[in-house]
Amino acid sequence: MSAATGPVPGTATPAPWWRRPATRVWAGVAIAAVVLFGLAPALLSDFRLNLLAKFLCLAMVAVGIGLAWGRGGMLVLGQGVFFGIGGYLMAMHMKLSDAGPGAVPDFLLLYGDGVVPGWWEPLRSPVVTILAILVLPAGIAALLGLAVFRRRVRGAYFAILSQALAAAFAILLVGQQKVTGGTNGLNGFRSFFGYDLADPVNKRMLYFIAAGVLIAMVVIVRLLMSSRYGELLVAVRDQENRVRFLGYDPANVKVVAYAIAACFAGIGGALFAPVVGIISPADVGVIPSIGFLVGVAIGGRATLLGPVLGAVAVSWAETGLSEQFPSFWTYFQGALFILVVAFLPQGFASLGGLWRRRRAAGAPAPDDPPVGSGPDAARELASTDAADGAAQEAADAARTAGRNA
Amino acid sequence: MNPQPESVEPVVPDDAGGLDPEALEQVIAAPGERFRHDYLEIRDLRVVFDGFVAVDGVDLTVTRGDLRFLIGPNGAGKTTIVDAITGLAPATGSVQFGRVELLGKPSHRIVRAGVGRTFQTASVFDELTVLQNLDIAAGAGRGPLTMLRRRRGIPPEVEAALETVGLTKVRDLPAGILAHGQKQWLEIGMLLVQDARLLLLDEPVAGMSQAEREETGLLLQRIGEQRTVVVVEHDMEFLRSFASSVTVLHQGKVLSEGTVAQVQADPRVVEVYLGSGAHGRGRGAAAGDAPATSTGVE
Repeated sequence: MSAATGPVPGTATPAPWWRRPATRVWAGVAIAAVVLFGLAPALLSDFRLNLLAKFLCLAMVAVGIGLAWGRGGMLVLGQGVFFGIGGYLMAMHMKLSDAGPGAVPDFLLLYGDGVVPGWWEPLRSPVVTILAILVLPAGIAALLGLAVFRRRVRGAYFAILSQALAAAFAILLVGQQKVTGGTNGLNGFRSFFGYDLADPVNKRMLYFIAAGVLIAMVVIVRLLMSSRYGELLVAVRDQENRVRFLGYDPANVKVVAYAIAACFAGIGGALFAPVVGIISPADVGVIPSIGFLVGVAIGGRATLLGPVLGAVAVSWAETGLSEQFPSFWTYFQGALFILVVAFLPQGFASLGGLWRRRRAAGAPAPDDPPVGSGPDAARELASTDAADGAAQEAADAARTAGRNA
Repeated sequence: MNPQPESVEPVVPDDAGGLDPEALEQVIAAPGERFRHDYLEIRDLRVVFDGFVAVDGVDLTVTRGDLRFLIGPNGAGKTTIVDAITGLAPATGSVQFGRVELLGKPSHRIVRAGVGRTFQTASVFDELTVLQNLDIAAGAGRGPLTMLRRRRGIPPEVEAALETVGLTKVRDLPAGILAHGQKQWLEIGMLLVQDARLLLLDEPVAGMSQAEREETGLLLQRIGEQRTVVVVEHDMEFLRSFASSVTVLHQGKVLSEGTVAQVQADPRVVEVYLGSGAHGRGRGAAAGDAPATSTGVE
């Protein structure tokens, strides 16, 4: 939902129960659970289910980007860094536990000096690993964000900076082959916290974990969006300076969203490694970082589900089309991106809004903009919550109208 | 996009307008004690942009209960002074409010010291509703836990401010579709809920109808009785009706200061206004007995 909507507190007539925000959230969770936990495992082969698990991991990154970019206005072009940190932490833990207590993982024997560097050692502990995955990407993002946002770096400069970071990170991983596995990355994991990864049942469990985590993330973002913080974040996105003159430090507001996005990306990466069986610099550099963004843009960045559905759909299409026409996918992705940016700047999620608008405007004049149809239409569009896109459209129209006034 | 400027009007119900002075009493019901030591004291303020001296050694003292207007021809440095007070423009000298030095603090800290401002172009959050706009303005002191929760109900100060600026009926509409005058009122409402003790208003009545100006002026007068208010304004009619004191600026310096009558009688003011503002109209206007007429400051 867009901030223009809000739950309309204090209106004279309370919303019917099926329109109440809490009901909608739980209904959404229930539907997602039925699809992800019921339908998908029943209909898909083990191979496809594993693919879906991979897409869900990518969608986790997308949820974070939706928050930071769609709601916070930060064009995060370097989420690969945090995805990679999460992925490598998890991969390293799996390599260490595969090797056994005190032993040295194969890649360190192959490329390195045959000793585990001191800073990898703590990752032998599963608890430390999980904590590191949760804290490290968010912490790095918070420090980086404070340094960058306090200096009022934003817009394209921030995008370039974050992308350069992704490039540097990938180069660093390749360059430090002795301790990171270099271009090959880390692969050949045999177990995940003691569960044998060769066993299809455990693969399935990984899928369920990914699905559960993704649903939890979407719920968190939903709660954030409708909180006071969510409103403030939109305010910062639209008029950063004005927020400053209301007594807030916009840098702090942005850092929170950025850190959450990084945390989600890190978790996505951490699950990606065992699901796919490899994490390498090719998964964390500039190109995958842009890839994360494409799905979000196509789905609809400012909406709740747009980024998730966009990311899954784009990844699914990538796999499907690559199977049919190898090397054709890149062109298709590029074309789709251009089309969406040119004709549907708010992504496919705004199609729902268009449709609602048409319907709200009534049959006689289907091309009427919503503002033209008076306060009721505008109010309805602005307050029905439901479709994120609808609110987005209404807000757009409203902005135009405001300007004309 | 949607080339239908006319269609905007009906969005705002006809009876929505109108400020509510009674509601203001609730807003400013707070004990006056709090404001006793409030006064703005500017000493030797200088703002230099790349060698261009925009404000050149301005001294200004505004006490509580005063409604001070800053006027002057374009480029006189009026808005720059407001920018300097609020940390937007780099300045030297001293700006104290309530004995707290403001210069050198980041903007958001200056705001937390009790200084609120509006901008020449109404800058509200277009995509957020009127209520959300006010709620954000009221919340700079909220803790993280409150921020992370949904807003339940309407905070009383926001409710009162909605009444005061006459926007209760449109509180759930996106602020972007408000009429221009209503946006200005929303900004004033935001200053009220953020509990600013020093209000700096940059052209608050630009684009308002005569009736709206009247109401806004009365509102500002009432606020000014309790708090410190500085208004940057071009509209001489408005100034004559509501200013309790006036500071005339010219080329970054204070040219004249006093009541409206005193300032109008100051020959230097007459010269500046007729010299820089009303080229073509020259002699004819000079013959008139009201030197600082609105023709002079367009």
